[in-house]
Amino acid sequence: MAGFAELWVYLAREPLAALTATLLAWLAASWGAAKARWHPLANPVLIAVLLLAGGLLALGLDYRAYFAGAQFVHFLLGPATVALAVPLYRQWRAVRASLPAAVASVLLGGLFAALAGIGIALGLGAAPEVTASLAPRSVTTPVAMGIAEALGGLPGLTAAIVICSGIIGAALGPIVLDGLGIKDWRARGLAIGTAAHGIGTARALRVNALAGAFSGLAMGLNALGTALLLPLLWRLVGG
Amino acid sequence: MIAGLATLLCCQLAGEVTARLFGLPVPGPVLGMALLFAILLARGGEAPPGLATTADGLLGVLGLLFVPAGVGVVLHLPQLARDWAPIALAVLGGTLLTVGVTGLLADRLLRRRG
Repeated sequence: MAGFAELWVYLAREPLAALTATLLAWLAASWGAAKARWHPLANPVLIAVLLLAGGLLALGLDYRAYFAGAQFVHFLLGPATVALAVPLYRQWRAVRASLPAAVASVLLGGLFAALAGIGIALGLGAAPEVTASLAPRSVTTPVAMGIAEALGGLPGLTAAIVICSGIIGAALGPIVLDGLGIKDWRARGLAIGTAAHGIGTARALRVNALAGAFSGLAMGLNALGTALLLPLLWRLVGG
Repeated sequence: MIAGLATLLCCQLAGEVTARLFGLPVPGPVLGMALLFAILLARGGEAPPGLATTADGLLGVLGLLFVPAGVGVVLHLPQLARDWAPIALAVLGGTLLTVGVTGLLADRLLRRRG
């Protein structure tokens, strides 16, 4: 029989354990979220990330070794983003009628998100590379990393900030919208998709098909608009 | 299901190739989404059942797909600790303000235009 140490080396090196742990953490998080009746605060992404990050830190495991296994799940983000075309197509009749209003609110909302990030960072005296990492905060991760790099930010830190923002937006955004009395599913989807990209869209799709379609649309438009406009804006603000 | 997945991957691949070829700042999957949408619109009618099943399956677990990258937060704990105040305020306050501003704006504009 192999010793415990050898077994540990095998488990830490092979992708099987990390992949299994990711799926089990997700099942546990979904179970917890269902128990909480899908309350926005019981966000399954947040719970699963806390479980796995806590596990890595407690066991002293390297993130890169973990990602070697978890990358098989991560890879599916690409095709899933493409798949957002399907709910958008199903709701196209409703979306087309309100397209100008949707485009205007997403572009202005995305601009506001970037300015708020830059303003808060400058106001609190953050390092320039942190400010550049905070500016593209509301955009989906791969775009945000590319923008941050172009602005002189840190792509890795940006990814962490983007995902935290997505979790916050998905968990607390619906409470803000309730407080403001916004009941239109289209407006709710646009707000969540603009501020909380894919993580917010995941939540919106679960709650309401119309909100999900508008959220996916907002995420795509915001990625497009911010990628094109933020570098220009940055040059103006940065002098 | 495989036909559906192949359709998604073809659109993503076409998007990645286009983005690289023309040096576009937009990621391949977002261009792929636009391409698939254009194809569905050109075809008309219902989305093909194989594609619909795969898309609904993937989007049903969309949250799970963010988990591996999310765990990457552990790599940046020192930086997050050093600049915690601006980061926390921008992430929390900035994001919630954006939800509120975009929501109010969208609500008003949608009401005016119907």
